[in-house]
Amino acid sequence: MSIDSVFVHKMWNDHELSKMVKGGVPFAMLSDTGGKVGTIYGVYDEDAGVETRGRFIIDPDGIVQGFEVLTPPVGRNVNETFRQIQAFQLVRQSQGTEATPSGWRPGKMTLKPGPDLVGKVWEVWKTDMAFD
Amino acid sequence: MAKEIKAGCARPTGGPVGETGKEEPAKDQGVIREVRSMIRVGKKAPDFTAPAYHGGKFVGVQLSEYLGKWVVLCFYPGDFTFV
Repeated sequence: MSIDSVFVHKMWNDHELSKMVKGGVPFAMLSDTGGKVGTIYGVYDEDAGVETRGRFIIDPDGIVQGFEVLTPPVGRNVNETFRQIQAFQLVRQSQGTEATPSGWRPGKMTLKPGPDLVGKVWEVWKTDMAFD
Repeated sequence: MAKEIKAGCARPTGGPVGETGKEEPAKDQGVIREVRSMIRVGKKAPDFTAPAYHGGKFVGVQLSEYLGKWVVLCFYPGDFTFV
């Protein structure tokens, strides 16, 4: 979503993005001329008249599970977005019985919070695991 | 799901649906201050409608149509910018 019109979205997709991604952008390119939607999401920069680089993960119940907002010159890490979605999906599927520690990615151990784990995380989770 | 929009001379627009998140100035111990609600994790994502370009067509999209699915909503500064 940006402040560009759908006509500009079409031109950008057809003339540039489709040369980067075969078949063009596979999802909806939303238009927020005037920044009304960006304003309620807290990402519209009134001084510059553009949206900042906001990214929101919304679950199937319409609940915001996470967001990240960057100033324009720095791009996102899409793999980190995927990792977060996979973590939120795992937690949701476990109905809150599992949690994903720092550095978790699919296949790595999860934590099962409960009375037995209090004060014992150091035994099952090592700081190296945040970086491996 | 998304309804096709006929392309005319006017630029299609969308906007917030229902509660906009803007609240009336709250009176707090005699002091009037503006309350601006922010997006918070664990809270509902504000619904909105927006025109879109998708699969070669101009369509109208509403966030609440995606209930039941995971959604990644991305904002960016502008088409044809560099990053």
